[in-house]
Amino acid sequence: MPTLRDNMTDLLHRPILPLGQRAPLLELAEVGKVFNGQVTALRGMSLTVHEGDFISLLGPSGCGKSTALRLIAGLSTPTQGRIRWEGGQKAGDLGVVFQEPTLMPWATVVQNVYLPFRLRGQSLASVKGEIDEALALVGLSAFAGAYPRELSGGMKMRVSIARALVTNPRLILMDEPFAALDEITRHRLNTDLLALREKIGCTVIFVTHSVFESVFLSDRIVVMAARPGRVIEEVLVTAPYPRDEAFRTSAGYAAHCKVASQALHRAMGEAA
Amino acid sequence: MTDLPQTQAGVLDPEEARRARMKRVEAVAKWALPGVVLVILLVLWDRVIVWNDIPPYLLPGPAKVLETLVKDWPMLFEAFLVTLQITLLALAVAVIGGVGLAVLFNQSRFAEMSFYPYAVILQVTPVVAIAPLIFIYVDNRTVGLLLCAWIVAFFPILSNTTLGLNSTDHNLRDLFRIYGASRWQRLRYLQLPSALPYFLGGLRIAGGLSLIGAIVAEYVAGTGGIGSGLAFRILEAGYRLNIPRMFAALLLIAVTGVVVFAGLSFLSHMLLRKWHESALKRDS
Repeated sequence: MPTLRDNMTDLLHRPILPLGQRAPLLELAEVGKVFNGQVTALRGMSLTVHEGDFISLLGPSGCGKSTALRLIAGLSTPTQGRIRWEGGQKAGDLGVVFQEPTLMPWATVVQNVYLPFRLRGQSLASVKGEIDEALALVGLSAFAGAYPRELSGGMKMRVSIARALVTNPRLILMDEPFAALDEITRHRLNTDLLALREKIGCTVIFVTHSVFESVFLSDRIVVMAARPGRVIEEVLVTAPYPRDEAFRTSAGYAAHCKVASQALHRAMGEAA
Repeated sequence: MTDLPQTQAGVLDPEEARRARMKRVEAVAKWALPGVVLVILLVLWDRVIVWNDIPPYLLPGPAKVLETLVKDWPMLFEAFLVTLQITLLALAVAVIGGVGLAVLFNQSRFAEMSFYPYAVILQVTPVVAIAPLIFIYVDNRTVGLLLCAWIVAFFPILSNTTLGLNSTDHNLRDLFRIYGASRWQRLRYLQLPSALPYFLGGLRIAGGLSLIGAIVAEYVAGTGGIGSGLAFRILEAGYRLNIPRMFAALLLIAVTGVVVFAGLSFLSHMLLRKWHESALKRDS
């Protein structure tokens, strides 16, 4: 069995190149999904994901953003079109964070983060380094032996993020991960997520229905409309990284939020 | 401006003080009240017999029952061990059968479709009606008793464990799929742990039922002598109009039930205390 960590020394340091210079990673070509032969959840979605992209899928309920994520995750097969990974998809290419922390309540933090390795048949001892590092990255080293119920909502989400990145995946999918958290915690996690991305250079597709969250986090916002779910336009957020709390109050942030809001309104208008 | 009292640790406002007092009272009352009820009942029982001059062969007083319990202890204790052994064995077989069937049903929809209706039929047919037939065809008395007790006890384990195996978090199931988990891994690392609280709930019900099954089967089997359980001792004492011994044996049966229930509750608590909602203490 090929191990996940053949060609890397640790989780760190994949440089993020500027937009336009990034190598393609994943391509969706005219991807559509029809449920039950009658409900069109997604129609004709084309998108090329590049290494280092932080892409937000932004749109109202029913715009197919979660469907798109499930298709990319391989949890569902497209009715039309195809999804192609550069160099083929390998085990451990994907990390996923759901809206709920989705932790096993009977397992400690370490055992939860160990899960992807355990399912690959790797012993805990052989991946202890990776697990410790992932926990350090999300700031939970001190809680390694805790059970999920002992943690706050934000901390549970951090464990979930640590589990998603512990295998050093080529792509991390996040399905409205912070939607259920209070705003202060959400801002904090947004900032920490960006800092983490600066460190390890991961590629992220992030589903959200918040304009502000998508502008703060991403460099590409894919705006989608509902009934049927489809892509309306793409907004580029040109503000440079690293972004911190100061970015939230900057003129550039406000300008981008305006552009994204207008795009979202057009998407809503087309659906109505 | 206003001189509000400073908040201090250890200082309770009237509401908090009342709550703390209630908590202390309740901790004592939980044990004291049932004890008081027991004493009142025993005294009443005793007085009714003394005042009405009821002879012990009609209704023995509590002291007489206790006296019989001590006097007949060697025989009753042996019977107690027999009944306890049948109960625990039946429970063990019910666990193996119930969990085994639940896993089989969970892994194969077709197996579930084929066999589940018959599991229900076995459950809803009263064991008293099946037991005489069983003792016609099964020569070994212990095996017959076990079979009866098992028929009564396995169903709650089967149905609860099935429910538990099907109650896994759907996001976790998706996650296992994304990570390419095998069927066995999904069962071992996701479904069985998810089903544990449900299984333990079923186990507690099954513990009581296997005692009922064992007692009913003994009544039906009815053979006496060495190696007889408590139910047979009750029957035998009834034939001889030894009413105090009937009460003493009944007391031991109740004790058996309590011991089984307490043991299973303790097991459940130990297995779940670290992570499950049912075992957590809340402050407010």
